[in-house]
Amino acid sequence: MITVQKNVTAMVGNHAVAYAVKQAKPQVLSVFPITPQTTMLEKLAEYIDSGELKAELIKVEGEHSALAAVYGAAVAGARVFTATSSQGLLYMTEMMYWVGGERVPMVNAVATRALAEPWTIWDDHEDFFSKRDTSWIMMMAENVQDAYDMTLQAFKISEDKRVILPVMMGFDGFILTHTMERLEILDDETVEKFLPPREFNLIDFNDPVNVGPIAVPDDYMRIKYEAMKAMEGSKEVIEEISREYEKISGRKQYGLVECYECEDADYVFVTAGAWTGDAREAVRRLRNEGKKVGLLKLRVIRPFPKERIREALKGVQGVVTFDREYSYGYGGILANEIKSAIYNSGIDVMSVIAGIGGKDVRPLHFQKVMEDVLEGKKFEERWLND
Amino acid sequence: MTEVPQYIKEKKVIRQQYFLRGNAACPGCPIPKELDLLLEVMGKKTVLVVPASCSTVIMGDIHGSPSTVPVVHSAFAAAAAIASGLSRELKIKGDDAKVVVWAGDGATGDIGFATVSGAAERNEDILYVCYDNEAFMNTGIQRSSLTPYGAWTTTTPAGKREFKKPLPFIMMDHKIPYVATASIAYPFDYQAKVRKAKDVQGFRYVHLLSPCPPGWRFDSSLTIEVAKLAVETGIWPLFEVINGEFNLTGISKVLIDKSKRKPVTEYLKLQGRFSKMSENDIKIMQNAVDAMWDYITELVKR
Ligand code: SF4
Repeated sequence: MITVQKNVTAMVGNHAVAYAVKQAKPQVLSVFPITPQTTMLEKLAEYIDSGELKAELIKVEGEHSALAAVYGAAVAGARVFTATSSQGLLYMTEMMYWVGGERVPMVNAVATRALAEPWTIWDDHEDFFSKRDTSWIMMMAENVQDAYDMTLQAFKISEDKRVILPVMMGFDGFILTHTMERLEILDDETVEKFLPPREFNLIDFNDPVNVGPIAVPDDYMRIKYEAMKAMEGSKEVIEEISREYEKISGRKQYGLVECYECEDADYVFVTAGAWTGDAREAVRRLRNEGKKVGLLKLRVIRPFPKERIREALKGVQGVVTFDREYSYGYGGILANEIKSAIYNSGIDVMSVIAGIGGKDVRPLHFQKVMEDVLEGKKFEERWLND
Repeated sequence: MTEVPQYIKEKKVIRQQYFLRGNAACPGCPIPKELDLLLEVMGKKTVLVVPASCSTVIMGDIHGSPSTVPVVHSAFAAAAAIASGLSRELKIKGDDAKVVVWAGDGATGDIGFATVSGAAERNEDILYVCYDNEAFMNTGIQRSSLTPYGAWTTTTPAGKREFKKPLPFIMMDHKIPYVATASIAYPFDYQAKVRKAKDVQGFRYVHLLSPCPPGWRFDSSLTIEVAKLAVETGIWPLFEVINGEFNLTGISKVLIDKSKRKPVTEYLKLQGRFSKMSENDIKIMQNAVDAMWDYITELVKR
């Protein structure tokens, strides 16, 4: 029996992440304002101003510098944090590769948002998924609680000696950043035990090293091979840390993937992010009608949890993937990654593209699509854009 | 290692090397010496932040470096921001270490300009040294905003038509606590400035004119000669600005008198990059130099 003292409150996603960051006690933050992340930055500035968080907040002139500044601090040993969204994430892309390549631990919270042009501030996942090859671990939250929990886990995963990779945590712009939800928070002592101070420093004046110099091809490829290994190895660590967090929080955590009503399901939704909640509701309704459907939620996008996906989908006839982003000229990104993960399994993969640029998606949409599938109306790709 | 002869030991002419020889710089390149002189003053507890430039190559690869202090390499536009983060964290740790950005003119005045300006505006506690070789040399001599008027580069085959961006003055206008120009031809002046800048709190900016034999098209034995003429012709005034107070230094003090300045042609004729300049171009350049000195005269009087 786990008995955990529950501190129940309510917060919007941005404040929940800021609260988790405060409890993680980073020494240096650098965040540039961008909608819909801005209220998180404001909250962090308040925490620092009031002394609740003893940290330096470097108020840079753009996102490229935001990531560069926390990189510099992290190289010197600081636990660091940054956050961004959309165009900001694109603007920091060069530094994402830089940080990922140098393998410096840090956490970047990404309030997902569609990309211009056309100008938009609404949610989709195009920004987040465009970073899938930067050698960052990528997690995606379903709700405000998830965003809080994942932020704390992200620091620990990132700094784990077996991993040493940066982590980005995606949570849907407005849908999570600005929606108030019930939130269970851990007390500070519990967090401190879970997340002891960081031990990492590349600056040693007695034994000076060159951080990030040129590597000739043989060295370069070896370094990248090691990064690949670390990324693969992080799967185990993510699950281990998830179990540990489960113990201290008393809340079920799911490691890499969560399976909801998968066991005897014939058809399964595959989702990542906030609309997993809508898919969950659709499954509930369909189950009430006796339909054998389930839901596979990806908590982690990188490393892509191929093995867990294969296990989870054993015995299903088909999956319906929901993509909130698109690789133009190719297809839904998640759809294609799922296809490749279950290659040769004989499982049908049907790809739904929806919610692009914030277009509304509800449980009913999930329900309707699944009803069609159950009636035998199969498809390869379907855009919900009417 | 060869035994050092006794007479040399006795004369104590062996100087410690702060930036090691046998690095990848071109023959006649002033960068290694400039770094050596810098580190001699800054000491062991210095971190160098180096954005993409010739110095990226000079710093060696993952197997070894000529630097005797830690080096953090930086993306082209990121150095002043990485240095900001480093400096904040070292301070939190209570370290008395110094963070020095070592950047070329392109990283400073072009692609990284917003980053430099941002760090200066925040008055980050870093020493920013721009070694200005007046073009993108590491990629093969392409013009930058700091390439001077009339200069040939591979992207200005007929000579540049625009003037050099006056970066030291722009940095001065940021109202940072310390700004200086320097030249490898006047090492004591340069080191004195670094020494002053070292202990100033906040953003310090030192701009070094850094002649590049292959890029400027002069013989690699003439580096110091060229650097010296840049100062003597008044093209490169030596000055420092401490908390807004402008002062000429060294030989530049006397050059406020126009008659003491050598004509710009003395400088131009040594360098192949200016060989296509017309009489009129030279006049334009001389006028620009004289106009800059009029401005300097005002600054001195202030
Ligand atoms: S190209 Fe010029 S600045 Fe670069 S290493 Fe050679 S001499 Fe030095």
